[in-house]
Amino acid sequence: MLEIRNLHASVGGKGILQGIDLTVRAGEVHAVMGPNGSGKSTLAQVIAGREAYEVTAGEVIYDGKNLLEMSPEDRAREGVFMAFQYPVEIPGIANNAFMRASVNAIRKYRGLPELPFKDFRALLKEKTKLLEMDEDLLKRSVNEGFSGGEKKRNEIFQMAVLEPKLAILDETDSGLDIDALKIVANGVNALRSNERAILLVTHYQRLLSYIVPDFVHVLANGRIVKSGGKELALELEDKGYGWIDEKVKTAELANV
Amino acid sequence: MTEVLEEKDTHLSNFARLEREFAGKPRPWVHRIQTAAISRFAELGFPSNRDEEWRFTNVAPIAKTRFRPANGYEFDGVTTKQISRFTLDEFDSIGVVLVFVNGRLSEELSSYRHLPDGVKVGSLAAALESDRDQVEPYLAHFADYKDHGFVALNTAFIEDGAFVYVPTGKVVEQPIHLLFVSTSSGEPTVSHPRNLIVAGDNSQLAIVESYIGLDGGVYFTNAVTEIAMGQNAVIDHYKVQHESTEAFHVATLAVHQDRNSNFRSHSISLGGAIARNEIHATLDAEGIECTLNGLYMATDRQLMDHHTTIDHAQPHCNSHEVYKGVLDGRSRGVFSGKIIVRQDAQKTNAKQTNKNLLLSADAMVDTKPQLQIYADDVKCTHGATIGQLDADSIFYLRSRGIGHEDARHLLTCAFASEILAQIKIAPLRDRLEELMLTRLQKGAAIKEGS
Repeated sequence: MLEIRNLHASVGGKGILQGIDLTVRAGEVHAVMGPNGSGKSTLAQVIAGREAYEVTAGEVIYDGKNLLEMSPEDRAREGVFMAFQYPVEIPGIANNAFMRASVNAIRKYRGLPELPFKDFRALLKEKTKLLEMDEDLLKRSVNEGFSGGEKKRNEIFQMAVLEPKLAILDETDSGLDIDALKIVANGVNALRSNERAILLVTHYQRLLSYIVPDFVHVLANGRIVKSGGKELALELEDKGYGWIDEKVKTAELANV
Repeated sequence: MTEVLEEKDTHLSNFARLEREFAGKPRPWVHRIQTAAISRFAELGFPSNRDEEWRFTNVAPIAKTRFRPANGYEFDGVTTKQISRFTLDEFDSIGVVLVFVNGRLSEELSSYRHLPDGVKVGSLAAALESDRDQVEPYLAHFADYKDHGFVALNTAFIEDGAFVYVPTGKVVEQPIHLLFVSTSSGEPTVSHPRNLIVAGDNSQLAIVESYIGLDGGVYFTNAVTEIAMGQNAVIDHYKVQHESTEAFHVATLAVHQDRNSNFRSHSISLGGAIARNEIHATLDAEGIECTLNGLYMATDRQLMDHHTTIDHAQPHCNSHEVYKGVLDGRSRGVFSGKIIVRQDAQKTNAKQTNKNLLLSADAMVDTKPQLQIYADDVKCTHGATIGQLDADSIFYLRSRGIGHEDARHLLTCAFASEILAQIKIAPLRDRLEELMLTRLQKGAAIKEGS
């Protein structure tokens, strides 16, 4: 479903991703872990199409198409979804109106008619239940005055409504208390299916106790330095990220 | 100097002609006001950029145009059908709409229904004859022509406009819609609509003043509205300025508030080549609430200028003001908000905000809050911002499948919605929201085409 080859990306002239190779197949859940500044979030943003990041080399193939040539909206319409690390507050646009615009823009792209209002309301109602969200949040402006946890939950709610093929969660677990984390994980697990792939970008192993990944990748200095199964996350939890820094330094010294 | 004289000459000779036409009409009390006003205009002339209050707005294009009075110009075959898209069907069909064509009331196009006993709604021209007792104590008492060329000019040409009188204790439930329609006659015309609204103690009403151009062309609307509010009176005032894109619009609204009265103004500006809106509110007793909200949306080379003055003359009054501007193309916005808190006006609570959204690199705005505080126990705040659409917000919407232009429109509408959401007349609010969206889409189409 997603094929990343030798991806290099920079922001403001500073190289962040230094050659990422990653293959994600339908039905798989991959976790990308790594210390702060390793490039985890950059990877998520580049896939979503944030223009501030410049891809300097490599390619990203999604469903056989060149993802990097698509506008952010077309990526979303093709089924890519990113849950933001820092969801944006948009005063003046109600959550439900936002979702309606989103659902219908995606349907239009796919040659489908607008979702009848009644069906749309039923869809929202079902998903608020899944995320244990107060329905009043739908009438409020997008993320405005939401607590940190409410914002993250709203991201997963949007994901549940849009039912993407490829979902990227950018540090969705950061700052969540354990109850909120369980609800969010529950929402994500409900979406796991053979047709869908999920990429979890996280700093902590904690999330992975609730959303158990098929593969874990460790990112450092813009490269994947180690890949393995779910047990790799536990190893990181025990040892911390210190040993990776050592490994990278050794590698760099060897290059000199 | 010769040029300046010529600028005034157009209007002075128009006045002389009016004098001849009205010679012998038995209205000396109005005539006295008119002659005082025209002499004042002869002294003041049109303001220049050297005048602080007109620093950002150059009215030379208005001053230099030779306007023929639109008064007396026939109704130009305007039909109900032509204006139907500007009336607010849902309430006009059961309420009151006064239609003025080129400054004159058209009885044929107007309708008055379901007015409570004692409430008067009609032509000011008629009221000058028939209701002198209710007009004279207020007319030209609040809109000061001694210091303002355009008000002086309007006052000199007082003839028609709306007269609304709501006696003590009466509540008018349906909004009263005053619709000023201008048509193009091929040569530039000027009209001076003059409105007087008197709300007795404990009365309540809503007024919609809309100004529209039917078929483009250069014309000049120079309007003055005076509102006198009794104790505990409540007024919602809506102003919709949607003149033709070549038109000039200068308007002053002067409101005088008595004890515990509540005035809410919603001013929406969309049209005109040069549009200047002034509001002067005098809070002349205790316990008054005054809310001034405004939204201006300019594009191409439009200039939209809003000047407001809230004069806190007495203690324990609250004023709230939010003006928002959306500027596209090479347009220009001006906001100047003056709040005066006089020495006696202790416990004043005044809040003013002006926010501007620039949609293009060539759009400009000048914003100038002015607080003049002479009392010591008051709470006054003001703030002004000028910014562009937030890139993170645009990306957020796009990442959910919403197209780039649609994302910009949604965010622009969201910015403006704070003002529109406060419009309580649902058909008016819906119409304006729709108008705003169409305009944004049209603007985007032009940009894409270029």
